[in-house]
Amino acid sequence: MKFLDEYRDQATARRYVEAIRARATRPWTLMEVCGGQTHAIVRFGIDELLPPSLTLLHGPGCPVCVTPVELIDQAIALAARPEVTFCSFGDMLRVPGSECDLLAVKAAGGDVRVVYSPLDALALAARHPEREVVFFAVGFETTAPANAMAVVEARRRGLGNFSLLVSHVLVPPAMEAVLAGPERRVDGFLAAGHVCVIMGIDDYRPLAARYRVPIVVTGFEPLDLLQGIHMCVTQLAEGRAEVENQYARSVRRAGNAAAQAVLREVFEVVPRTWRGIGEIPASGFALRTAYAQHDAARKFGVGGIGGREDPACQSGRVLRGLLKPPDCPAFGIRCTPETPLGATMVSSEGACAAYFRYRRFATA
Amino acid sequence: MCLGIPGEVRSVTEGELRSGTVAFGGIVKEVCLAYVPEAQVGDYVVVHAGFAISVIDAAAAARVFSYLDEIGATAEIDDEPPG
Repeated sequence: MKFLDEYRDQATARRYVEAIRARATRPWTLMEVCGGQTHAIVRFGIDELLPPSLTLLHGPGCPVCVTPVELIDQAIALAARPEVTFCSFGDMLRVPGSECDLLAVKAAGGDVRVVYSPLDALALAARHPEREVVFFAVGFETTAPANAMAVVEARRRGLGNFSLLVSHVLVPPAMEAVLAGPERRVDGFLAAGHVCVIMGIDDYRPLAARYRVPIVVTGFEPLDLLQGIHMCVTQLAEGRAEVENQYARSVRRAGNAAAQAVLREVFEVVPRTWRGIGEIPASGFALRTAYAQHDAARKFGVGGIGGREDPACQSGRVLRGLLKPPDCPAFGIRCTPETPLGATMVSSEGACAAYFRYRRFATA
Repeated sequence: MCLGIPGEVRSVTEGELRSGTVAFGGIVKEVCLAYVPEAQVGDYVVVHAGFAISVIDAAAAARVFSYLDEIGATAEIDDEPPG
């Protein structure tokens, strides 16, 4: 497919690897932020092509992985209600809550549906006015505009039976949490390309300056990742800490103005709890009061439901780049994609699942 | 989760919610175009969760292939393994 296949060209990839080798003169650690990038790096073996002095750490950029267990429990409570049709992206269904997962609710007779777009859930609400349709609105800045538009459309079309269970999180505050910790190991970031498609790149400039860290907005194909790594290593070699844009074919400096306008209309910035990390100030979206009638947590009173994490799960350390998946004692033994302890083993973009799937048992 | 797939806009329907069809290889899907008001038939867009979020800039897209020449990396590496 155009704009995909050519970014997997082997000869160009080899040139990039050689150029990176020439630049990687000291031991540096880079973190790719987005789970999609993690998946591509492990799938294509990019980390194994790099010189040994360069380490790639996998960041907190998998929304499935960072959705707190309380939200999963709230989703499970909603999905179990007889009047509710609960819609979600597929990868949320097997994330363990305190007691079970959404798939178990479906197996017990709950009306749980996998949809590709929030507009599919909205269409269900229009077709079934007798049902309460709840969409599980997880995701980063990339996904938030789609969910925001679904709410705007629900209001315009008078679909009062459509609501969102919102668990939106924002990337820059999570990157700051990684940098600000006492155990910081990250020398440079590959920032998440599609998040920047929406929000632009200027939000990262204060981070780059304050923490003296290069940030290269990077795409998702092998050549994108290799070029992003080269740009990041070049900055480190030259002693620069700037925001650069590798993914310029899709990312404009100011982002997507139309999407930002709808985000501002529908959402306000709130503190959010990140699974495995804890609460981060101003790190997520919640629906504005003006859209309260489409807020499932308020509408059904599930906001107070709490949760309990399996103590054996070390996904928090994995998400902050402090632990590689194979170094976790539970990895591949107690914890597998079939019986996951935590979300990083469930999601196709979770670091643990990526290592398990591509049989990286012995390499970290 | 933030997966975005590039596809070619095949048709545009203006209306309350701008929409259209986008071809991904052989698969054609209905896509919301409200966030790419500038997108026209023949443009390539990045689609995420049923929404086009960006129009691909073809000139910028080629840069990943010219970058190494621009920075002066040697072109003969393929034929001469280091060592």
